[in-house]
Amino acid sequence: MSSSGLEIRWHGRGGQGAKTAALLLADVAFKTGAYVQGFPEYGPERMGAPITAFNRISQNEIRVHSNIYNPDLVVVVDETLLVAVDVTAGLSKDGAIIVNTPKSAEEIKPLLKGYEGKVFTVDGRKISVDALGKNFPNSPMLAAAVAVSKVMPKEQFITEMQASYAHKFAKKPEVIEGNMKALNMTFDALEPALKAAGLA
Amino acid sequence: MAKKDRMSGNEAVAYAIRQINPDVMPAFPITPSTEIPQMVSTYIANGDIETEFIPVESEHSAMSAAIGSEAAGARTLTATSSCGLALMWEELLIAASNRMPLALALVNRTLSGPININCDHSDGMGARDTGWIQIYAENNQEAYDNFIQAYPIAEDPRVHLPIMICQDGFITSHAVENITLEEDADVKEFVGEYHPEEFLLNPGKPVAVGPYSLSCYAMEARYNQAQAMENAKEVIVEVAQKFKKQFGRGFEFFEEYKTEDADYIMVIMGSAAGTAKQAVDDLRAQGKKVGVIKLRVFRPFPAEELAAALKNCKAVAIMDRTESYNTHGGPLAAELTAGLYRAKVWIETVCYTYGLAGRDFMVETVYDIFNELEDVVENGKKVEQHKYVGLRK
Repeated sequence: MSSSGLEIRWHGRGGQGAKTAALLLADVAFKTGAYVQGFPEYGPERMGAPITAFNRISQNEIRVHSNIYNPDLVVVVDETLLVAVDVTAGLSKDGAIIVNTPKSAEEIKPLLKGYEGKVFTVDGRKISVDALGKNFPNSPMLAAAVAVSKVMPKEQFITEMQASYAHKFAKKPEVIEGNMKALNMTFDALEPALKAAGLA
Repeated sequence: MAKKDRMSGNEAVAYAIRQINPDVMPAFPITPSTEIPQMVSTYIANGDIETEFIPVESEHSAMSAAIGSEAAGARTLTATSSCGLALMWEELLIAASNRMPLALALVNRTLSGPININCDHSDGMGARDTGWIQIYAENNQEAYDNFIQAYPIAEDPRVHLPIMICQDGFITSHAVENITLEEDADVKEFVGEYHPEEFLLNPGKPVAVGPYSLSCYAMEARYNQAQAMENAKEVIVEVAQKFKKQFGRGFEFFEEYKTEDADYIMVIMGSAAGTAKQAVDDLRAQGKKVGVIKLRVFRPFPAEELAAALKNCKAVAIMDRTESYNTHGGPLAAELTAGLYRAKVWIETVCYTYGLAGRDFMVETVYDIFNELEDVVENGKKVEQHKYVGLRK
């Protein structure tokens, strides 16, 4: 971890909710008493364009207002970005990357330009479709970010997200249950890999 | 009791507006404006505040309606960003010359071209000579705190000038960060009720607003306006002191960060000041005597105060997040070097242009700049007096 605490970089495509996931992560991490930052890098505002979002989470006041170039964790919400964007640029080899893909970590590794740190994969599409009936991968990827970074215990995360979703989806409460289910399914799906990596 | 929360800079300003409950908010409701009018209109729709929201067809109309409303005696504000402020240009001068103490929440974004939506200070700096008070913020907290201080400064009878409360586009406006929010009642009490001395809807004391003036009197009006800006200096300090006493936060014209024994000082505005402070801590850990002055108030410009704060250092880096095309530095550089000259403070200055159109400003850039200042002083290195940092190689 750098002097700024935990630094996370999100890669997604416009419309997939990577920015929302970063803001939600800041929101729940705040509940642990931490100092937080969650912010997107704005480029062309169009569906499908590569976008980047960032989190800093620290026990100390955060004053730096630049983007994150040496993250501890990278979350890739769209697998097709692996060929379009250098997602592991500056990523600490003591850190980790999480990719939204049906493939295994072993299958993804060759696409990561020799990245030596931990690699996790989550089938965010399948989890989202099973839990919600629609492909909104940001909830699974948010859960994965929490599971891998250990920014807060699972139980606290689940409790806080229930409250966050109740607020965020006040006008469409029917999606809350599905989103909560997606979070829990992601933790379950990642458990074997986290155990193998000594992170469970 | 104050509460700890987290929100974006836009949310923070909208929250302050809700607590103040101003009378009228004319605003152009879509891009290039910010989420601020949208959030305020939600508060209005939910019945949280009684502010009259006027959706207008352009920013020129937004500022025109704001002037009309303020002239009628209503506490008024608007919000905009980037080319929206540029479209207000004509009316900005009219608001100031008519001595309308209205508030504008400005989210600083660049002006085209190339077409770009990201942060720099070219919008606010373009309006620096329109007669508005300008206060800049490092983060969401300061944007919130500054907005609470806006009306007590602007409406003071010694001042009666419009005020722009600025924050960095996206970098703070769209970033969720920790914040301390004060109680509604405390904010309301701090801001107070608005009782204009003179206003149009006052049959007992008729006034003319925006009249024609021949050269026999127009210059006196300008002189009075300049005097009001001069008076604003003491009022800004008073309000800042009162705010600090009540809420425990804030600065007067600027924040001095580890400058007391500093050989090298960076003068900078907005969100980049936080990045610079982190760099100062890193360099101090290596034994370097460096510091940062974060300028909060750009109009009125605290030239004498800055010169006094800089007089003991060896060199200063003056940081502009805009270009003024005068070929020797941005607006801050031009005004600060003039201020140093007037105060006979003969120190090295290097004027840097950084962060244009959203170019990121990093801790490492601050290290490089302090190293360069040291090189200038210790080794007599010759550097351009005005240079860009962060350019592509």
